[in-house]
Amino acid sequence: MTQDDRKIIFEARGVTKRYGHVVALDGVDFELRAGEVLAVIGDNGAGKSTLTKVLSGAVVPDEGELRLDGAPIRFSSPIDARRRGIETVYQDLAVAPALDIASNLFLGREYRRPGVLGRVFRQLDKRRMRDEAAHYLAELKFRIPSIGSAVEGLSGGQRQGVAVARAGMFASRLVIMDEPTAALGVRESGQVLDLIRSIRARGLPVILISHNMPQVFDIADRIHIMRLGRRVALTTPDRHTMAEAVAIMTGAAPGEHIGHPSQDKA
Amino acid sequence: MLGLKGLNRSASPAAGVTLRRRFGWLSGALATQTFGPLLVLLGFGLVFSLTTSTFLAAGNFSIIAQQCVIEGTLAVGQTVVMLTAGIDLANGAITVLGTIIAARLVSENYAALPALLLAAAACTAAGFASGALISRLRLPPFIVTLGMLGIVTAAARLYSGGQSFPVTDPLLGWTGNGLSFGGATITNGIVLVLVLYAVVWYMLTQTGWGRHVYAIGNNREAARLVGIKVGRTVLSVYLLAGFLYGIGAWLALGRIPNADPNALQTANLDTITAVVIGGTSLFGGRGGVVGTLIGTLIVAVLRNGLTLMEIDPLWQDMVTGVLVILAVATDQLSREARMS
Repeated sequence: MTQDDRKIIFEARGVTKRYGHVVALDGVDFELRAGEVLAVIGDNGAGKSTLTKVLSGAVVPDEGELRLDGAPIRFSSPIDARRRGIETVYQDLAVAPALDIASNLFLGREYRRPGVLGRVFRQLDKRRMRDEAAHYLAELKFRIPSIGSAVEGLSGGQRQGVAVARAGMFASRLVIMDEPTAALGVRESGQVLDLIRSIRARGLPVILISHNMPQVFDIADRIHIMRLGRRVALTTPDRHTMAEAVAIMTGAAPGEHIGHPSQDKA
Repeated sequence: MLGLKGLNRSASPAAGVTLRRRFGWLSGALATQTFGPLLVLLGFGLVFSLTTSTFLAAGNFSIIAQQCVIEGTLAVGQTVVMLTAGIDLANGAITVLGTIIAARLVSENYAALPALLLAAAACTAAGFASGALISRLRLPPFIVTLGMLGIVTAAARLYSGGQSFPVTDPLLGWTGNGLSFGGATITNGIVLVLVLYAVVWYMLTQTGWGRHVYAIGNNREAARLVGIKVGRTVLSVYLLAGFLYGIGAWLALGRIPNADPNALQTANLDTITAVVIGGTSLFGGRGGVVGTLIGTLIVAVLRNGLTLMEIDPLWQDMVTGVLVILAVATDQLSREARMS
């Protein structure tokens, strides 16, 4: 498979995380390759959300190692991870509803006017932010009424779209999407999935954590299946059907022994 | 009643869009949510102009403006605090402490300038204390500032020994001086208040700090997730409010040349009233100081006009109360409409 030959952008080796006697992650391996959408699926309690937290910097693992572009790395917080170019989109709408779209896209990373106005008077460069926001949203083919309209006037899908676009705009390495469509209807989810495709098309790899099998099989290039704190399979929508993936996930069917990515065979 | 449906903000998003298009040059300065309060203000102004012969006069307007300076200033601090979904019950008490410190020090033959600076520093420190408790210990603003209200009130009374101090020093009384023309007096205090509104308006609408204040009031968790330093910003808000109360103390000394430990006891609720009538949400994240300026003027115009009409002053409180409830109801209903 060509996907398995692509450069590894972000990987985890032997990551273990215990909460008291509960082993949430039991030496899990993970790898995200360039330009792919990698779905992470698993039953409740399989370690999916702990893995997400480790990858996004919210949880520090007890054992194991993360590597970004091949170099070992440790994150002290999600903000630390973001500084290294990893953006995370959460399930609940992480937007400021009364602020407009451009303000939300640049929230926490505002541009200031050049010269004295920006340096001394701290004046925002609103025009530049609006222009860049409009330009980027057009590139993503994300249609919104106006870059200056308040986010609360948008549909749920568009609001989450703003959060997804923000991540895509500022991530330099990869984007993690933690159940981005869980709170949305079918049509609205479709809008968000289209945005994820646009982000992938611009060359950013995406980790998609999802419960939604049709979505996963619709959009993912590869699928990482978690069970009991380990990766039990790494497959693609072509290699396994949805039913088979669910069977592996629940333990009804055996997973595949997965060692080092070089031995990774279907 | 005229324009009450749009008291807090325009009734529909479509109306908001048209407004923004038509008055694009005013956007920011006059957001659609200040349009309702502005209509109410103009409505009252029209009513009092028609029903009294004394309302519509430059001299009367300058009296209204002078009546607004103290609470108008405290209301700026209250606005910034309320934008972060906080509340400040101690603003009047902090201001009174400032007036007592400055006046007592001067009565003990200290120079006016250091006395004034010390008073402002004490007010700022009180704001800092509230902010530190709220942002670091995550205590609810209502309780922290209720506690501060008690502490600061007691401190002011202890330091004053229960007596008031007459203000004779020209610097302490400077804000009450001004230029008169045609029966109207523009005091230094009025100019200072307008400058304060302009500066805080700029900070809120033109800087990243202002955006962060709104974002925190809007969705604190989202603000934290995008990397905004929520605690530090909240602390800065109460610090700024405390500093503004310090300036409020200077304004109070100019307005009434007598520092009284029993003054401004209802300033906390009065400023909340003005802020809410001006369209700032009790839940944070919406509104601004332009609305607060209008809200302060609405209350002052109402009191002035009803007094000129020789109506029982109790009706002033009645009408103000109705306005507050209408403003909060409008905010609540429009929030529900937008969130659905």
